[in-house]
Amino acid sequence: MRTLIDVKKPQTAKILANTDKTLVNGQKGVGLGGVGRSKKHESADKQVAGEAVYVDDRPALRGELHAAVGQSTIAHGNIISMDLSAVRAAQGVVKVITVDDVPGHTDIGPVFPGDPVLALNKVEFVGQPLFAVAATSYELARKAVKLAKIEYEELEAVLTVKDALAKQSFVRPPYTMKRGDSQTAINAAAHQLSGEIFIGGQEHLYLEGQISTAVPTEDGGMNIYTSSQHPSEVQKLVAEVLNVPLNKVLVDMRRMGGGFGGKETQAAPWACIAALLANETKRPVKFKLARTDDMVMTGKRHPFENNYTVGFDEEGRIKGINIEVNGNCGYSPDLSDAIVDRAMFHSDNAYFLDQATVTGNRCKLNTVSHTAYRGFGGPQGMMTIEMVMDDIARYLGKDPLAVRKINLYGQDERNETHYHQAVEHNNLSEIIETLEQSSDYQQRRQAVKAFNAKHSILKKGLALTPVKFGISFTVQHLNQQGALVHVYTDGTIHLNHGGSEMGQGLNTKVAQIVAEEFQVDVDTVASSAARTDKVPNSSPTAASSGTDLNGKAAQAAAKTIKSRLIAFACEKYGVNAEQVRFANNNVIVGEQTFSFAEFAQIAYMGRVSLSSTGYYKTPKIHYDRASGKGRPFFYYATGAAVTEVIIDTLTGEYKNLRTDILQDVGHSINPAIDIGQIEGAFIQGQGWLTTEELVWNEQGRLLSNNPATYKIPAINDAPKDFRVALMPDAPNREHTIYNSKAVGEPPFMLSISVWAALKDAIASVNDYKTSPVLDTPATPERVLFAVETLKSTKQ
Amino acid sequence: MVANTIKFLLNNELIEIANIDPNITVLQYLREEQFKSGTKEGCASGDCGACTVVLAELDDKNNEQLNYKSINACITFIGNLHAKQLITVEDLKDGARLHHAQQTIVDNHGTQCGFCTPGFVMSAFALHKHNPTPTRDEVLEALAGNLCRCTGYRSIIAAAMTSSEHAEEDTFAQHYQETVSKLQQLQQLPMPSLAGNGHQFIAPKNIDELAYELSNEPSSTLVAGGTDLALSVTQNLATIDKLIYLGNVAELTTITETDKEIIIGSALPYSQFIETLHHYYPDFGAMIERIGSKQVRNNGTLGGNIGNASPIGDMPPALIALGATMTLHLNGSERTILVEDYFVDYKKTLLREGEFIKSIQIPKPVVGQTLKLYKISKRFDDDISAVLAAFFIEITHEQKAGKRVERINNVRLAFGGMAAIPKRGANAEAALLQQTFSQQSVAQAKAALSSDFQPMTDVRASDKYRMTVAQNLIEKCYLELKHSNPTDVIETRVVNY
Repeated sequence: MRTLIDVKKPQTAKILANTDKTLVNGQKGVGLGGVGRSKKHESADKQVAGEAVYVDDRPALRGELHAAVGQSTIAHGNIISMDLSAVRAAQGVVKVITVDDVPGHTDIGPVFPGDPVLALNKVEFVGQPLFAVAATSYELARKAVKLAKIEYEELEAVLTVKDALAKQSFVRPPYTMKRGDSQTAINAAAHQLSGEIFIGGQEHLYLEGQISTAVPTEDGGMNIYTSSQHPSEVQKLVAEVLNVPLNKVLVDMRRMGGGFGGKETQAAPWACIAALLANETKRPVKFKLARTDDMVMTGKRHPFENNYTVGFDEEGRIKGINIEVNGNCGYSPDLSDAIVDRAMFHSDNAYFLDQATVTGNRCKLNTVSHTAYRGFGGPQGMMTIEMVMDDIARYLGKDPLAVRKINLYGQDERNETHYHQAVEHNNLSEIIETLEQSSDYQQRRQAVKAFNAKHSILKKGLALTPVKFGISFTVQHLNQQGALVHVYTDGTIHLNHGGSEMGQGLNTKVAQIVAEEFQVDVDTVASSAARTDKVPNSSPTAASSGTDLNGKAAQAAAKTIKSRLIAFACEKYGVNAEQVRFANNNVIVGEQTFSFAEFAQIAYMGRVSLSSTGYYKTPKIHYDRASGKGRPFFYYATGAAVTEVIIDTLTGEYKNLRTDILQDVGHSINPAIDIGQIEGAFIQGQGWLTTEELVWNEQGRLLSNNPATYKIPAINDAPKDFRVALMPDAPNREHTIYNSKAVGEPPFMLSISVWAALKDAIASVNDYKTSPVLDTPATPERVLFAVETLKSTKQ
Repeated sequence: MVANTIKFLLNNELIEIANIDPNITVLQYLREEQFKSGTKEGCASGDCGACTVVLAELDDKNNEQLNYKSINACITFIGNLHAKQLITVEDLKDGARLHHAQQTIVDNHGTQCGFCTPGFVMSAFALHKHNPTPTRDEVLEALAGNLCRCTGYRSIIAAAMTSSEHAEEDTFAQHYQETVSKLQQLQQLPMPSLAGNGHQFIAPKNIDELAYELSNEPSSTLVAGGTDLALSVTQNLATIDKLIYLGNVAELTTITETDKEIIIGSALPYSQFIETLHHYYPDFGAMIERIGSKQVRNNGTLGGNIGNASPIGDMPPALIALGATMTLHLNGSERTILVEDYFVDYKKTLLREGEFIKSIQIPKPVVGQTLKLYKISKRFDDDISAVLAAFFIEITHEQKAGKRVERINNVRLAFGGMAAIPKRGANAEAALLQQTFSQQSVAQAKAALSSDFQPMTDVRASDKYRMTVAQNLIEKCYLELKHSNPTDVIETRVVNY
């Protein structure tokens, strides 16, 4: 049964308040389940009342200890000696362990080895965990670890990407994707340009820091309560370090206080260390990272240093391009192979590159190992080509939007990517044209020029940038997920799935999907903690895949139970399947109507199993890394944004005045949640490109190691005028859950419009004749120096 | 007389504490002693607002009125609670009914991960207690100290802008009179104190008690809001042996005016003197709204900002530019010095052992004088300045050979973030003094500034940016003064857009 609603007008954020009972366009809902409706977040009432329980809020257990780790103070060196006698003697300390005390694996690298749980005999970044302490309080544990005396033999540290490239210091081998003969095409083109850009990394700054509690169980097992996007991996790594089988370790994950990729692999070390200490002491151990420790010891978005050479025609159409992306991966592989791959996959963004060579280097530096972060390398890949668009436009004296439009992928031709996937169902022309109209782009372009002609100090800038983001894990086996649904005899439903809730509303959407299947009110469905003993071998909640995978898996489970109920009804009441309907919290069997609860009880009495698992794997995808060809993505999520900024040419200060977004989320399962994802992703991206600056000193120590020195967007950074709309009438043409599209990551990259608008404002200083170089984050300092460079060019 | 206890209301319950380590924060107390985990720890440094709670206190002037103030529980010492009502997120619901500040966030889909949410709820609650129909700007000002990493803020702004004029009376309104009289009684108690783990806290009520306590133990640590000091405990894991709390000292918590001066008690929180300063110096009000967050301004004080002698405090350059003075008290004797002279070197001041800052005197403006303040930071809200520029300029006009000649009669160009102490640019000033304010003299002042300062490169900005922007701000000040006529204005501030 489909109860989708065709929405004729773009749904904007302004009309979303109180839409729980009605559809966003005012229509009444068709079914009770709620797919397509702006249901409130399943935890909202608890969150506002302080009743939602996070790991740190769980009541302390009898004998609970607190963990802390000693950290390396140098970026690279051999450990000569570790004198931990003062640590052991410190007040409150119950246990001190080093890597020698690990009974199982000492390496907890998630894909490739390279991440020792505690340092073996050398250190590779400032902040690397050396030893761990369990003490009677959080404060005493933190104080104790400071008493260690560590002697090092310092080794030369690699601290810049340029140095890593020169030394061929890589965590994984370089890789190239190729379509045609780019160099010949560049040489043959009417015009050539080249350029390079530094793109800064990003600290996740989830408001809830990393935390895990380990509770020893019988048989040498361990229960772990953690804030993790990947409970199954935590289970596996804990089992491996303890040297116990997987069935002795249970991981429970109710909710995270934010994840953003930062708890995909980075949650596991602290769970492992807590488990090691709990195993040694036979007492529960909680490990909560203090904010500064979290910022120093956990990986971030990869900084990149990219460059390009492009050939293009008189219209600005790209004929050939060479792009090199160089990711700063930090000291170990972690997920960097896939992250740099995704940067390469997105080096085209929305544009047909024609003849293209894209090379990706995975540079090894002596910093913390960089990791997943919303977009997973995609944003850093897109920045290069968006820079190319601006550079071509300024060179030809065109509006950058005109150059962007002319380079968009075509429908049936000019539609093959540099990794040989055909771009199907491409609606970016339509999205851009709709947005261009609804945002009054052309009129505002004129208004901005008029403003700039009149104002000597303040300058405005305007830019429209698109996003095309590939949906699917590029590691094929991760594209699967499971779910477990129970119907109880009172008609209430228990829902469990392999995905984890980090605020994105996954539990809410999946509950809506299950409720829709049974046509019951969504409040009937109780979401529960992700648990490795309910749904095994789950994939991480990442790559925007949460609803696509878990929604389908949960739907499959619900469908199984539903088909059993229908079969039972047919048999018991002598009807055929078409005469059994689920509607309005009822089961209608022929002429008889039962409440869903009554029918569940009847089915139970009739010995019908009311519990089922469900499973889903993404179809169609394949990719051959050796040839660089295939279809790594099931589909693309698309959108576009227009941003207008104002800058101060004396100080470099700026402000986002207005952002308009049009995003294709397919048939939205929950418009309010989708709009929340879009707004939040956009602002997070704006922070990445503007105020969020990671600074390491010459010894490899992170200086921006707390929220006083690392500035994520605050409330005044939100655009004064913020208009977010969903593309109407745009069901996903692939058979995703209710034909929706993923929304977690794609809108993050819409923030590139902010960076492009800042460059537009800067370009006005020299009458739009020069394309300013603006590395990111575009702090006021970088903006001011870009302005000064253009001023001197003008003179 | 000393009471060996502190007393406060937790919601409506009277709490009395005697034996507790005064180094613990309100957040630790709530989560670990009261088992109330609704208030979250996001950073333990007062930067994220996840731990925001509200204090209701009796108004200084009207003892029958309660003021509701949002504060960061993570950097407020437990002793500061005496004679106040502590309100936490768990206390807002009335039975099963969510409070207006909670329901509006639910209705606007203003939660995602929910970890910041209790803090936002409490900031919105405090705002609506005094302003049931806030404007967008008022909401932004009240919530700028609460970080959200998920939503992008639009939904939260919409929630907080929802009028509470016709909302049902909450439990605090229902118990208002009762709360007032309970707090009045607590205020009458003699000097509260705490002792635990070998550490002490005492809260003198007047300047004589303070002087006495300090002369007994001159090495005691003075604390007012604690917004900076508490970081030494939560971040650097220090412990403080003896805390003397200044927030109850009557003489240090007043603001008075004479014909020529505004006199601000050193322990008076920012939020209680912003309005007065804004009245006399419009730039001052705008700048102070960017010092810390609302939560910090509700606790933080002028004495604290000057007293810790940070090179990046925002108030000292402004006070130096205005020629403000400060009065220091040691064992009953007082001396008054220029704020400018207080700073000797990095974190070194004229303050003697046992001496404390009593008050700061700020001259009122006279015709012809202008104060321009510029705070340059990466982020608009709650960010430490890369450069803080404070320009005081007095221009006189005289007739010379039948012509009206304009002259800079007095100029002080003070900067924060440019040196180890807040400092004036003597050479740049010399380039302007007795000159007309012109492109030419400004160019000379800009050039001279490079001989006044050798700024450093750090996590906030490079030396080159600091110098360039400091020079450009002199030019900006010139443009703003020259084009102050409404018909001839040159727009120079992005914040006005």
